[in-house]
Parts: sequence; structure tokens; C-alpha cells
Amino acid sequence: MSYFTGIDIGSTASKVVVLGEAGMEDHFVLPTGWSSKETAREIAARLAANGYPVEHSLRVVATGYGRVAVDYAHKTVTEITCHGRGGFHLLGRSCTIVDIGGQDTKVISVENGMPTSFLMNDKCSAGTGKFLEIMANRLGVDLPELFTLAEAGTPLAISSMCTVFAESEVISHIGAGERREDIAAGVVDSVVGKVAGLCARHTITGEVLLTGGLCDSPYLVDRLAQTLRQPVHTHPLGRYAGALGAALIAKGTKK
Amino acid sequence: MEATKIQLPADFETYGEARRAGFLRMKALKEQGARVVGLFCSFVPTELVYAAGALPVGLCAFTDEPIPAAEANLPRNLCPLIKASYGFALTDTCPYFYFSDFVVGETTCDGKKKMFELLHEIKDTYVMQLPHSRDASALAFWRNEIISFQKKLEEFYGITITEEDIRSAIRRKNRERDVMRRYLELGKLDPAPMSGYEMGTRIDAGSFSFDLEERCDGVEQRIAEVLAQWEARPDKTPSHRPRLLVTGCPNAGVREKIIRAVEELGADVVAFDTCNGIREKVEPVDASNPDVYDALARKYLSINCSVMSPNESRRDYIGQMIDDYKVDGVIEIVLQSCHTYDVEAFFIRRFVTQEKGLPYLNIETDYSQSDKGQINTRLAAFLETIDK
Repeated sequence: MSYFTGIDIGSTASKVVVLGEAGMEDHFVLPTGWSSKETAREIAARLAANGYPVEHSLRVVATGYGRVAVDYAHKTVTEITCHGRGGFHLLGRSCTIVDIGGQDTKVISVENGMPTSFLMNDKCSAGTGKFLEIMANRLGVDLPELFTLAEAGTPLAISSMCTVFAESEVISHIGAGERREDIAAGVVDSVVGKVAGLCARHTITGEVLLTGGLCDSPYLVDRLAQTLRQPVHTHPLGRYAGALGAALIAKGTKK
Repeated sequence: MEATKIQLPADFETYGEARRAGFLRMKALKEQGARVVGLFCSFVPTELVYAAGALPVGLCAFTDEPIPAAEANLPRNLCPLIKASYGFALTDTCPYFYFSDFVVGETTCDGKKKMFELLHEIKDTYVMQLPHSRDASALAFWRNEIISFQKKLEEFYGITITEEDIRSAIRRKNRERDVMRRYLELGKLDPAPMSGYEMGTRIDAGSFSFDLEERCDGVEQRIAEVLAQWEARPDKTPSHRPRLLVTGCPNAGVREKIIRAVEELGADVVAFDTCNGIREKVEPVDASNPDVYDALARKYLSINCSVMSPNESRRDYIGQMIDDYKVDGVIEIVLQSCHTYDVEAFFIRRFVTQEKGLPYLNIETDYSQSDKGQINTRLAAFLETIDK
């Protein structure tokens, strides 16, 4: 049995994809703990338990901000290239990939399977998963609950571009007795606005595919589509786009 | 000039070794009677400084160390180069500012222009009014500013600068430009004969070696060495390493985290369209022009800095460099809050990606180390987009 392994150690979650000759054989996600090295070891143990030990993998490619911690990887590739390759594979055609990650957000143009240009947010957590996490925490809910609340709300303005200041705004909304639903809707809109701003700076060409963990939230996808004024595609494996791209690179297929 | 006692700063004993050496070297120069004029920008015609028998020293600063001190008086969201330069002056920690007889500023960007007003409270700061266009009236105005600068030098030092003094300085500076240009043009060789890190470092270090002729001889010698090494290479097949052009703001303050980093990731920086690169070196002063002031005015007004408007010639010039240096990708460095480069980046990006069909990466940064990891990821991803 020959297989290839892609590992994407993000700031919040680590994703793993195993590709065989015929297609995807295994995939799983686990939280990235405080140590990427520890996470890399956990992944190896889990792969062995699933019947895909890394020692027998023909190639292991690691990506994500913790990629250097995967000492058993044959190669490391940036998450930008991996998301581009993986996203293209999922959608099956040239597109612009928007990845809302735990600590950064990227907009990547992919032509014929290869990322051609990209833009990343600057030194700031506004417009990232981290922003949503902080705000959800402030509202005393988890991420899925935040989206459920938001869906039932009318967005309140959260105008600050800075996470720290935005958190103060949320606190004043709470203090003013505003509805949690409306605050939650405001929080999601704030992220969507920041992501759309990044898309505008990059100039989107063609269709948009949202990858990363947040693509599982239909509400966020819908708000992003409304703000971008164009459909936003998602895929059930969207959060695995980076790991899939890494596995594809391991396998050496371009398309 | 009135003879003043040459003293070291009060905190001198607390300074690190390199800084103390810098101060002692400058002090020794001054004790030998050297005239020292501090300046910031390549728009200032150093020919006149040399013609006055003075040494021009660059005061642009490239580390974040004095920035907290500067931020006591300057806004935080200002260019790091401006803050650092002012911070060094304010804290008496730059030997070149400290021992400058006076400082020459110029109205290039708004940040510097206004910072010079604060700097003047620390030391005599003479500001040249640089026009931002290149038409006939701008040229006449700038010619006049050059004459006023000469008068400032004459009055300050109580000397008379003759036309022959200026012509001689033009010849010396033209030779320097020619040597530095030939050194930087070694980047046209493929495989690259040396790192971009070396090129930038050597050009910057040169501005602190005060003997112009000695500096030129040193670089001439290095050119010969590099060429000999390159000729002796057993294999001269063009390299698979991506060849990059770096453009934008002065990059000495971010050289480690961008230039060195991208070269360690597997690229060669072969060309610099920057003020410590070839930008000021390409065009010499026309020594055959019967009017020396017109010759100087024309040369300096043609510098392709983004403070000029419009500045289309920068695009032509980058296009030419992309062809001449066989460039595979362009990195534009914008220092935080540098509005002119930041806005002009729109044209550069469009020109590079659409007209030249090359990948382009824009990095906005400052002198801090906080974005080192992110920059490294961007650089790596940028290289991954270059199919070579």
C-alpha cells in the first residue's frame, strides 16, 4: 500500500490528510495544543493507529505555522501554496481562495492549479478566527453558538479595526444592554467586512472558494457572499484544504 | 567658524564598543579640523559639500533602538526611518549627527519635512526646498535652491566656493557613481556572483568611509575579486534560484528580515531600485554642461523617488532593470506610513504583473522584529509562486 501524507499545523487546529493511489484514504483534525512538537507527535501516533504510520508514508509534507515542528516531514511548504493547491483540487477549476485562519487570513489566486499571487492580513488579528474566538468568549458562548446567535440578530456596528478596541466596543454594547444576538451578528459582520476588504485589495478574479474551519458556518458564508456580491463556494472538506494541498504536493501531482 | 571645544556626549561611557569607536573616530576627525555636514537624502547635491572641503555623512537611521525616545515627541504612526533618525539625534547616540557642524534636510516627504522643524531645535538644520515635478519652472527653482545651499556653506564656513571647486567635486562624485554602478551591475551576471545582502551592506558601509577615493578604490578591488571568482567558476549554467529585484523604500533597516531571509530561502537578490541601490548612480552629472548649477539641478531632479509626481520614469527604469538583470520576481518594500511609496505601489504592482508578467510581493513593515515570522512565510510562499 502506498500513500502520501499532508499535515497542516495551524494556530488553532491541525489537519491531516492521507492520499492513496485512488484518492483520499484518511483525514482527521485535532486541536493544536501549546506545543506544535507535541501535536506533531500526537499526529504520528494517530496515523499509526489508523494504519498509516508516517515511517511507511512515501512522502510527508508539512504546512501551516507549525510546519517546522514536524521533524518527520520530508518537506515543508507554506500554507499559502498548500491552500491554493488543495482549494483548486476541491473546486476543480481556477478561482480565488479565501482562507480565514486562526491567526491570519489569506486571499490566494489560483490559475491552472498553481497559486499565482496572494495577500495576507497585516500583523493584526481582526478578520481572523482568533477575533471570533475572543468575541465569542466575551459573549460566553462557543463558535457554533456565536453563529446561531448571529443568525437571529440584527448586526450592531462594531467599527474598530483593532481586536482589542473592538472588544471594548462589545463590552460597551453588553453594558448598554444590547441583545446578544445583535452583538453576535455585529461581530460576524466585522470579520466579514475585514475579509472583504482584503479581497478588494487583492482584486478577486473568477469564483471564490472559502477554506479553513469557518467555511462550515453557513451564516458566515452567506454574509461574505452578500458583502462580496458574488457566490462563495464551500466544500465539506474545506477545512482540510491546506492538508490536502500538502498531501498533493507530497504525491507530486500538480492538478 | 568659531573654534569650539570638541567634547563627547555626557553618557559616552555607557555606550557599546562599536558606538564608542564611532564617536572617537569622529572626534579625531574633528580635532584634525574636518568639516562635517550631516544629511539624509540622495537629493542633496554632495558635490557642494565636497567643494566646501567638508565631508558629507548620512544620518538616515536603520534600527528601532532610538524609536521609543523619538515617540516622546513624534507620532507613533510615522515612518520608522524618520523616527529612528530623530531619536538618535535626540539621545546623542549617533556620532555622525553629534559631530555634524550642521544638518541639511530637504522637503522630500511630509514626515521628514516636519521632523526637520523639531530637529532644528537640537542642531542647525538647513532645509532645501525640493520641488516635486520636473518641468522647466521646477528646474529653475531647484537650481536656485542649489545656489542658496552653496551660500549657506560659504557663510557657515566663511569660505568661497569656486566653480573649479564644484567641477572638481563633480568629477570625483561621477567617478564614485561609476564605480558603485559597476559594482551593483555585477548582479546582471547569472549565476549571481554575490548575495544581494553583500551588495546592500557594502554600499551602505561605504558612506561611512570618508575618503572618497579610498572608498572607490576599495569597491574597485572588490569588483575585480568578484569578477575573477565568477570567471573561475567551473560551471556557469544559469542558476535555478529565482532572481529578484528589490524596490521601494530604503531597506537597510529591514535587510536582515527581508533580504537575508529571502536569500536564505533560496533566492538571489540581484538588483536594487532603491536609494541605497542603483537609483542615484545611473545618471552622472553632465560635466560638459557650461552651467554647473543647471547640471547639478538636472541630475538631482531626475532621481526616481516616489516623492516626485508624476513619477512614470520609475516604471520605465524598473522595466529596463527587469530585462537587464533577468529578473524572475519583484519585492517592493514599503516602510510603515510611507505614503508616497505605498500609493505608487499601485502602479508598480500593475506594471510588474501585467506588463512584465512577473510575480510581485509588497511588504509593508517597520524596524521591529514582531512580523519576522509572517514575513518569512510570505517570502517562502512568494518563491513558491515562481516557477523556475
